[in-house]
Amino acid sequence: MKSARAFEDFLGGVRAIAPLIVAVVPIGLVFGAVAATKGLSSLEVGLMSALVFAGGSQFVALDIWTNPAAWAALGFSALLVNIRHLLMSASIGTKMPAFSAPAKYAAMLLLADEIWAMAEVRASDARLTPAWYAGLAVPFYLVWVLASLAGSIAGAFLGDPKAIGLDFAFPAVFIVLVMGFWKGRETGTVLAASAAAAVLTQQLLPGVWYIAAGAAAGVAATLLTGQRREACA
Amino acid sequence: MTLDPNTLLAILAMAAATVLTRVSGLVLIHFVTIGANQKRALEAIPPAVLMAVIAPTALVTGPAETLAALATALAAMRLPLLAAVATGVLVVAVGRAVIRV
Repeated sequence: MKSARAFEDFLGGVRAIAPLIVAVVPIGLVFGAVAATKGLSSLEVGLMSALVFAGGSQFVALDIWTNPAAWAALGFSALLVNIRHLLMSASIGTKMPAFSAPAKYAAMLLLADEIWAMAEVRASDARLTPAWYAGLAVPFYLVWVLASLAGSIAGAFLGDPKAIGLDFAFPAVFIVLVMGFWKGRETGTVLAASAAAAVLTQQLLPGVWYIAAGAAAGVAATLLTGQRREACA
Repeated sequence: MTLDPNTLLAILAMAAATVLTRVSGLVLIHFVTIGANQKRALEAIPPAVLMAVIAPTALVTGPAETLAALATALAAMRLPLLAAVATGVLVVAVGRAVIRV
């Protein structure tokens, strides 16, 4: 009976991630195709997607790719782009009482943005189980690796994804998810602070500092409004 | 099928950096006790991070992107995820074709 329940949970996760899988296919294809133009072989493209599994940092890596590859610069840029994962794992880590300690760490290895966001949505109205998380993570991981492989093989045959608006698919997914986190005026304060800091930082600093700045500003805003409320009470 | 040693080293460095960011949050919450303020901060993280990721695209990239972001947000109130995303993609494609900057 327990395994039937786990299977049901797994399928629930698969259903939740299905629309994001549809959205990640074109992104993976584009990643593979761009990587091919930078001189990466299909094996190298597949390895990067399988081992790094963090789309944003993989695209940034292609931006700064050199021949031969500069491993220190690439590793450091991945660290910067992905530093937001620290906040994400700290947040979702408090919502995983159903996970054993090793399962928690294993789950973190696949904590891509999309998987984290769906897991947060699930944890906000139900118990997040390892089977449900696996239903999110495993198919998304496989499709990301396969799509980037296919893109590196198809390479030049793909058109410009911008022309048909596909590059907007992920911002759109995130907008929908943000709407789901709305809990009244306090959320509005967090969003306004985060947006303002992110836009300002993005205009002033190169790279992806804007994500860290926006996150920090949002958290600071919620702490400040909390303090003011305590002072009034 | 070639595997350049420099490329492999770069991939491994990127993978190590990414794994470090993904597990360090878990390590962190072991050492920090979660009081009311910490809880409020943790709750603000998901919307703050998501907003930071989308803000430059939604606000300062161009009129087509801003319009599409608005359309997506409105669609999200009524439609399921994939339909709202399709709305955004459609609006941005049409907007880029129509609005000449």
